[in-house]
Amino acid sequence: MKRVLFAFAGTVTGLVLLLSFKTHPTTTAAATPPAAVSGSGTASGTSSATSSGTVDGDAADTRFGPVQVRITVENGKLTSVTAVEYPTGNPRDQEINSYAVPVLDQEAAQAGTADIDTVSGATYTSDGYVRSLQSALDKAGLS
Amino acid sequence: MSRTVHVEHCMGTVFSIDVRDPGDWAGPIGEVVAWLHRVDALFSTFRPDSAISRIGRGELAIADAGPDVAEVFALCDRFEAETGGYFTARWRGTPDPTGLVKGWAVERASELLHRHGSHHHAVNGGGDVRLAGESAPGRPWRVGISDPAAGRRILTVVTGRDIAVATSGTAERGAHVIDPRTATPALDLAAVTVTGPSLTRADAYATAAVAMGHRVTEWGRTLPGHEVFVVDGTGARWLTSR
Repeated sequence: MKRVLFAFAGTVTGLVLLLSFKTHPTTTAAATPPAAVSGSGTASGTSSATSSGTVDGDAADTRFGPVQVRITVENGKLTSVTAVEYPTGNPRDQEINSYAVPVLDQEAAQAGTADIDTVSGATYTSDGYVRSLQSALDKAGLS
Repeated sequence: MSRTVHVEHCMGTVFSIDVRDPGDWAGPIGEVVAWLHRVDALFSTFRPDSAISRIGRGELAIADAGPDVAEVFALCDRFEAETGGYFTARWRGTPDPTGLVKGWAVERASELLHRHGSHHHAVNGGGDVRLAGESAPGRPWRVGISDPAAGRRILTVVTGRDIAVATSGTAERGAHVIDPRTATPALDLAAVTVTGPSLTRADAYATAAVAMGHRVTEWGRTLPGHEVFVVDGTGARWLTSR
């Protein structure tokens, strides 16, 4: 039997906390123009990837405002996830960001915890994919 | 590390094909894409002209619908037996194998890539994943299991070679799983992840587990070669037979 190892990744929970706000498909699209994204977007496409580089995910519209992540890949390993766009609208938002964003940087740098290849979860819609972590992981390969 | 990535919108979701073998994979990936759209044309319950819709209207017999349809319904019968009826493709008499078609399609896509010489790849169908070989030489695949309450949050990581990981739940599409025994929406569990050697079976088991609700706790520990990860109102935990 194939051996399967499991590891609880508690630290990852912290690092993507900022991105964890449940998004609602109805609030996106028209309200927020897509943030500038390198590469070919989410349209179908095939390309070979380099093993190092930086890729921005699509902006996700959270109830606090748009959030966009940038992932950095070095020698094929995910080495950091940072928020390049996050809400700063009111004091509450700033409180959340001042807590969450540094944690995002710090924890993600610990390769081996955040270092995932793909994501399993309840089936997302085509719309939901745009805001998914899988979308960011795919773009690292499409760039 | 070599990567060839293709993203395809199909079946109302997105398929990610990620080949880690070096070389030009455009041809085989094109065949996978054609396969996925063929499955959609056969099994979509949203398309009035699909084989499944015609079967549902009584215009087409399963036996006359071709080998793929026959195979899927045979698999459905097998998994209905294995899950004590919690997985069923014939609830209230309407044929609907949706609970495993995506996992089955991904599994066949992976086999297709393998026949073309790819021994290291990931095929992810909207959150159901088949992983062949390794992500890089000497390095097993790492699959993040997303938090049903917050899709970008990772609750746990599954690491392995040649494994399948399927997740069902109410997070993305609402309460769409019905407990066939009570005919009510299954709401106990936010998400269930099943790992095993076959994505088709893992997908059917994950769907059945959501329908079972809390009764999954006993059943989930009795499955040799499979691990079950359950997220409910009290938290997240692995049910393991080991």
